[in-house]
Amino acid sequence: MTSVYKKSSVLTDAPLTYCPGCTHGIIHKLVAECIEEMGVQGRTVGVASVGCSVLAYNFFKVDMVQAPHGRAPAVATGLIRSLPDNVVFTYQGDGDLAAIGIAETVHAASRSENIVIIFVNNAIYGMTGGQMAPTTLSGQVTQTSPNGRDASIAGYPIRVCEMLSTLDGTTYAERVAVNNVPNIRKAKAAIKKAFDNQINRRGFSIVEVLSTCPTNWGLTPLKSLDWLKENLMPYYPLGCYKDQTEKGGKQDDWL
Amino acid sequence: MANRVTIDEHICKGCGLCTGACPKKIILLCCDKLNAKGYNPATVTQMELCIACGMCAIMCPDSAITVEKE
Amino acid sequence: MTEKVLMKGNEAMAEAAIRAGCLHYFGYPITPQTEISVHMSKRMPMVGGVFLQAESEIAAINMVLGASAAGVRVMTSSSSPGISLKTEGISYLAASDLPCVIINIQRGGPGLGGIQPAQSDYNQATKAPGHGDFKVLVFAPSTVQEMVNTIFKAFDLSEQYRMPAMVLGDGLLGQMMEPVVFPETVVTPREKPWATIGHQEQRSPNIINSLYLQAEMLENKILERYRRYDQVQSKETESEIYLTEDAEILLVAYGASARIARGAVDFARKLGIKAGLLRPITLWPFPKKELVAAAENAAELLVVEMSMGQMVDDVKLAIDCSKPVHFFGHTGGVVPSSAEVLERIKELAGRNGND
Repeated sequence: MTSVYKKSSVLTDAPLTYCPGCTHGIIHKLVAECIEEMGVQGRTVGVASVGCSVLAYNFFKVDMVQAPHGRAPAVATGLIRSLPDNVVFTYQGDGDLAAIGIAETVHAASRSENIVIIFVNNAIYGMTGGQMAPTTLSGQVTQTSPNGRDASIAGYPIRVCEMLSTLDGTTYAERVAVNNVPNIRKAKAAIKKAFDNQINRRGFSIVEVLSTCPTNWGLTPLKSLDWLKENLMPYYPLGCYKDQTEKGGKQDDWL
Repeated sequence: MANRVTIDEHICKGCGLCTGACPKKIILLCCDKLNAKGYNPATVTQMELCIACGMCAIMCPDSAITVEKE
Repeated sequence: MTEKVLMKGNEAMAEAAIRAGCLHYFGYPITPQTEISVHMSKRMPMVGGVFLQAESEIAAINMVLGASAAGVRVMTSSSSPGISLKTEGISYLAASDLPCVIINIQRGGPGLGGIQPAQSDYNQATKAPGHGDFKVLVFAPSTVQEMVNTIFKAFDLSEQYRMPAMVLGDGLLGQMMEPVVFPETVVTPREKPWATIGHQEQRSPNIINSLYLQAEMLENKILERYRRYDQVQSKETESEIYLTEDAEILLVAYGASARIARGAVDFARKLGIKAGLLRPITLWPFPKKELVAAAENAAELLVVEMSMGQMVDDVKLAIDCSKPVHFFGHTGGVVPSSAEVLERIKELAGRNGND
């Protein structure tokens, strides 16, 4: 018998605390598999953020630092500037990255910090019970937009990859999804490319992963995958928004 | 001599994502089983039809599925 | 012996940090401490260190958190409004048992306030540098030389006790120029087995965290930390006494106010008034025992601060409210003069007008 699929060795034995069918689990696997396959587990330091993935430090078998809400890119900056030979990644949700942490996100990209940001976008605040996020769609019902997000009150959703692609410091920005196996494979390839950039000191990479939140969307896990495809993908098109990988070696100047 | 899909019933949350991913539609959430956490774990019903594509395992958020090929 | 140089307080502290082995600095401009950032921006590249002007004081303190987690000596600096921004990060640093040095060159507050010197962040520094049950080391130097020496000590003790250290200066101290000699201390890096530098597959992962969802676990963590604080209190308290043995009026003042108060004590002594001064050097831990001893013969205590009197309560508590504690000061950036303080001493000594 040959193994077709087994659990990554970079994941701990701790059972994931995410809701049934939550795609955080899938994304955790992809990050773990990339770290394992690229042989960098020993020198990886992850930065956990605040949101449903706040306990991420229990799930990855690498050194990890817990950051305050939104500050993960700044914490990652402190880490990578102190440990330039290490592999540093952050793992953030839409509130963490695009609301409270948007300044830290934009400036880490603008400085082309040599880090990987894994951005889990499910258009809602999961941990605190389903409130509106900066990426909540117009008309989407959440706990704090009970009549559907109204642009005249709450403005418009933020397209992070598009926004960061305008910055010279952004080396690589790609949006992927994990709603089916082909997309999961593409998501893994994007994450691998991001880590490859980091290892080769090419600067800032972000992979935005369209994800589901069955619990707060009020849908079954399987129906959530459909909702993602029908609603999130049209507003947040998948694809590569910036790729300066060829330019390379951005971080060689300092240090 | 068959491909083998192992689902860890203690880890499985009965989310059903694997049931949608399986191209052969041989994974089901059978109603008469509950694990210690109260979830109804998934079961592979006709192992002999399994083609070891691994898609169930790729989809599983909890790494509850292991797939081996003959 | 290294040469004596004339330096501005802000720059001297920045230089001291580098010589104390700090090769990572993250800051943001704010008056009256911007010279610290500017000095770092020039010197860090020369010594192969890292200087980064962050996008905000919030980002800077979080970069400090990351660098401290990586096991390096790291510093940030700001002034009152910027320190308010940092309080979240300071709470996380303390809760993660991470060492670092934070300089606060205080200015008039609250709010945007002013840019003149003040000491109105005493309460913030000693009582609530962030939310939750925790303390940070708080040092209050009063000369440029002392600021330099304090930086070396702050890094050492911060690492030894795994807690943030704040150096509480003010705009006067930050801007003044005095002669200074840099210690020729050889800095030996401390082992930090807890640092998140990558486990190299040789050990289990290090996790630097402040989240403990089980209340009993969180309580135990805090109690453990407070046992360390007890050690700090018993070993690291520092203060200076001046003419306190027979002092009938004991002045209590720190930082720049202490120099002003000392001038007033000298004037008072010339007038035959037995005044003395206790100068706390560590504000946390507060020199309670030393204060009680210095106040032994005093009938009155007089606290002099550039604030509305934030240290007064600590003085009262230290002596169990056993004697009257008075206050003289200015706030909002106004600096008291020794002459004004002398008038207050004379009032307390029961004399009015010229004498």
